[in-house]
Amino acid sequence: MEMISIWIAAILTLGIFSFLYKDNPLYKACEALFVGVSAAYWAIVFYFDNIYKKFYEGAVTAEEPDYFLWIGAILGLLFLTRLVPKIGWVSRWPMALIVGATAGLWMVGYFVSNAMNQIGNTISNIIARDELTGAIAWGETFGTMVILVGVVSGLVYFFFSKEHKGVFGATAKVGTWFLMVTFGASFGYTVMSRMSLLIGRVDFLLGDWLGILR
Amino acid sequence: MRRQIPILITTIAGLVFAISYFIPHDPFGESESIFGDWITIVQAFAVWLGALNLLKISFEKISSKSADRHYAAIIIVSLIGTLAVGFYDGYSGMAQDPQVSFRDPGTNFDWLYRFIYTPLSATMFSMLAFFVASASYRAFRARNVQATLLLIAGFFVMGGRVPLFDMMISPITDFPVFSWFADWIMTYPNTAGQRAIMIGIALGIMSSSLRIILGIERSHIGGGSG
Repeated sequence: MEMISIWIAAILTLGIFSFLYKDNPLYKACEALFVGVSAAYWAIVFYFDNIYKKFYEGAVTAEEPDYFLWIGAILGLLFLTRLVPKIGWVSRWPMALIVGATAGLWMVGYFVSNAMNQIGNTISNIIARDELTGAIAWGETFGTMVILVGVVSGLVYFFFSKEHKGVFGATAKVGTWFLMVTFGASFGYTVMSRMSLLIGRVDFLLGDWLGILR
Repeated sequence: MRRQIPILITTIAGLVFAISYFIPHDPFGESESIFGDWITIVQAFAVWLGALNLLKISFEKISSKSADRHYAAIIIVSLIGTLAVGFYDGYSGMAQDPQVSFRDPGTNFDWLYRFIYTPLSATMFSMLAFFVASASYRAFRARNVQATLLLIAGFFVMGGRVPLFDMMISPITDFPVFSWFADWIMTYPNTAGQRAIMIGIALGIMSSSLRIILGIERSHIGGGSG
């Protein structure tokens, strides 16, 4: 059984890779299979994790049922009215709940974690010290200075209410340099993560399937 | 009715979550928990809406004898098949003593995950390596200062993540220049740029959230802003 399973996985892997030559029926079939299986996979995961465990066990079979959960289930069912064009507008209600709650949650939470905390980390401990001796750690201090200059100049670049001229424009230009380094680093990181996946698939084909790599 | 109720729901939900951050006591603390449970359930139905919609579109393609009908048939069979396996494993596992989760090793659903879903998804994403490589060939040209910085940062981050580059300069120095410089770029200049972007995004999210809660932004309920 294990051998048949590996053969199936290998054929599907080669089917997807066949797109590198050109678009073909085998790739399209594998793609359709991927779409169908992944949609059903997540539907099952969300059904048992969220609907069954949260709603059914909390509101129906629990010794002390939480009747508030019924409102969530009704709102969820209203979401499905989207499939019927005539009453599809009802699905705006659960959508409104999700969007409103996310907006409320992120308005404060995101601002604290991604703005206030980041500003705090940037302007505190600019002079780094050795933990044991207490002497100034020049290497790290230079690094924190780089971060301070990069954050300030980057923010200046994003400020479009004032024309980028003179000292302001020069600072914005330094900001673009930092942003370019960030984009380059992110690009390199993304390439390496994709390469890692590719190596994993080649390792599967040559190792698990063909047995060339041991 | 079609517009006012969704706007009211948006505003109440938004205010409850925003206020509960500052007043984590009842009634706001409890309301946040109740709303959180509702959202968990609604999210699951949203995923089901996507799956059912996919099924509906696929059936429409077959009935209209579209050129893609054969692939639509594969989608329908694989979707219904995976759902059937998932429901069977889920409910039969719950009837066993001790209970077995549908995701436990050895279940049919786990087999589908290991030998169908994982190879397809990993290969699909690994193919991006080829497209990214061809895109980088076109993008990485040192035309000006900005492009040169992008090139250098990308080169060192990629070179520093594999041992080959450090090995190549090992006859000159034992110091791992590439991996050290890659780490330095990731820790300092990259952090600076990421923070500037994150702060900008946070400010943007805050203003957008405020517009949504106040009912100025209505695109999520099928209307424009204003």
